[in-house]
Amino acid sequence: MLDDFLNQFLPSTVGGLVIGSIYALVALGYTMVYGVLRLINFAHSEIFMIGTFASLVTLTAIAPSAPVTGFALIGMLLLLMLVSAAASSGAAVVLETVAYRPLRKKGATRLAALISAIGASLFLQELFALVVIPWLTGKPGRNQASAPRYVARDTLFKIGNADVRLDHVIVVIAAVLVMITLDRVVNKTRIGRGIRATAQDPEAAVLMGVSIDNVVRVTFLLGGAMAGVAGSLYIMEIENTSYFIGFVLGIKAFTAAVLGGIGNLRGALMGGVVLGLIENWGAIFLGSEWKDVIAFTVLVIVLMFRPTGILGESLQKARA
Amino acid sequence: MSGARLGRVLALAAASSLVLAACAGGGGGGTGGGDSTTVKIGFMGDLTGENSAIVIPPYNGAKMAIDEYNAKNPKNKIELIKYDSQGKPDQATSLITKAVGTDKIVALIGPAFSGESKAIGGTLEENKIPSVSPSATNPGLAKNGWTYWHRVVANDDDQGPGIADFLIKAKAPKKAFVLSDDQEYSVGIAEAVTKTLKDKGVAVETDKFAKDASDYSSTVTKVKSANPDMIFFGGYYAQGGRLLKQLRDGGVTATFASGDGSLDQQLVSGAGAAAAEGAVVGCPCNIPSADVTGTLKTFFDNYKKSANADPAIYATEGYDAATAFIKAVEAGNTTSDAINNFLKTVSFEGVSKPIKFKANGEPENNDIFVYQVKGGVLKLLGPSASAKLEG
Repeated sequence: MLDDFLNQFLPSTVGGLVIGSIYALVALGYTMVYGVLRLINFAHSEIFMIGTFASLVTLTAIAPSAPVTGFALIGMLLLLMLVSAAASSGAAVVLETVAYRPLRKKGATRLAALISAIGASLFLQELFALVVIPWLTGKPGRNQASAPRYVARDTLFKIGNADVRLDHVIVVIAAVLVMITLDRVVNKTRIGRGIRATAQDPEAAVLMGVSIDNVVRVTFLLGGAMAGVAGSLYIMEIENTSYFIGFVLGIKAFTAAVLGGIGNLRGALMGGVVLGLIENWGAIFLGSEWKDVIAFTVLVIVLMFRPTGILGESLQKARA
Repeated sequence: MSGARLGRVLALAAASSLVLAACAGGGGGGTGGGDSTTVKIGFMGDLTGENSAIVIPPYNGAKMAIDEYNAKNPKNKIELIKYDSQGKPDQATSLITKAVGTDKIVALIGPAFSGESKAIGGTLEENKIPSVSPSATNPGLAKNGWTYWHRVVANDDDQGPGIADFLIKAKAPKKAFVLSDDQEYSVGIAEAVTKTLKDKGVAVETDKFAKDASDYSSTVTKVKSANPDMIFFGGYYAQGGRLLKQLRDGGVTATFASGDGSLDQQLVSGAGAAAAEGAVVGCPCNIPSADVTGTLKTFFDNYKKSANADPAIYATEGYDAATAFIKAVEAGNTTSDAINNFLKTVSFEGVSKPIKFKANGEPENNDIFVYQVKGGVLKLLGPSASAKLEG
């Protein structure tokens, strides 16, 4: 047992950081929308799925015959992340306009919005399975779609017995850079101040001249862009996707958001990484089939002692 | 929607049986009342539902056998009637009532799946209708004491040990790692393989993951730290492909083997051709690839002509199931009981394997066939007893 642990601890840590970074990026979308609207956007997992397909289709069109290197690699990463971010944020804005805005205008209950979110989630999944994926890939929509490789699996360096590969480093660095950018946008810009003001007190924010519609749209746009980047990195790392890909990952990301403290940007980051690490560490002792059980047990335990998550809600408490 | 489709199928079946009845009557009158008859045989399975990809090939195989037979202009022609159960036990139950009561079939090829086979086995037994399934592999089906039920494919209990024995013979592994997801089929075959390997003195470590998993980093870490000679994966091709890719990326080079759930070209497309190269897949089914020789080659060419596609899973078994009935009819048996009695003694060289039934309806020959990925394509190596791995 101890032997297993010593052999597997460092490689598991690397794997946990990589998948945790992707959880964290997706968790940001849940947390931002919740912070502003008090709505759990269940269709966010499909926004992530759309991001994976945007990268997959672009990558298939480019069809690199061998992994690319140097500046070409950086350019390609940026291009794919931009394409995915654009597709996902576009879809998120449309989703908000069609599925949530009309309810909000009519003053519907939060429960109605939640049902609308679940409906939108199923609608998008089936739309992709039945129409979009067959059209994009020319294959049956419920098949798994595979992307060509464009990042080599070269080991860059070793930490103990753990191989740290180029693709691992790219996922973590890209996720951190994107999150720093988001943090800057929310904390330093005018629209960011609007978001924080709305999260704190929507009515007062309106009185102060904040356009709620604008703020909500930008919130969905930013959350969608994060999910798009996550989707792009997912395609780079896992190289497979399907119409159903968002389901499990979405639940994990939502868990990460709650774990870190829903409504809190840094909490989402922390929750994602913690969840990824705990899953992989737990798997060393109990086997990989226990990953989900471990993740949700930890969630329940944390919520028992800290009902607002590890860092607590803070998007609204942050000083404007 | 499925109701409307069902309606159409029924209407079609009814119409075609009317037409054929008329033809048979006319023919009988014309030749002055010989005793030639048309024998009706049903085919039941999921022909339009989500798993139809594994039922259409055996249907095509069965149809091809019967068309070939009818083309010889025999005394007793055979009419094949399809019953599209969508693989659902409840639909199979209502269809079999119609098949027996209205259409008066004398024998049934199918049902294709184990669930529907279980649901209608009792009805077939009561009405004394012999059946031969090309693809139902649940071991429990042979344990009902049915005397009219048969299959031409090895069951799931044979598959795990068959694959494990083959791997021991071909690779002589000292240490194996058995992986699976948490579905019934996957766990079952993984446990069977684990048991056989352990019984033969191979050290085995195991790990499992959820059926929707896509990140296998913790599993890869475990496999890498165990450093096995061989990996067996129990599960389906989509996950097999993702897993195999991540294992190879993680630097695991051990032989990768799997069972019939992974026998699909999507295993290769999911893993990438380079990662999938050399992977071994076992299956109770015999699927000829383009490079086969002998009777399989003839089958391959004829099937390609008649079905306009390469033979896929259970195509040869569908052909053999139909041939068992054809042999019976050829020998002058046109009633259910006579055909069933004939099946007890039938013995012939089928396309998939030699066909002979045990008293409980199981095939005498329960060969597992071995496939290997070569140049990005799954290639048939032959029955596990004689197959040789390449490379």
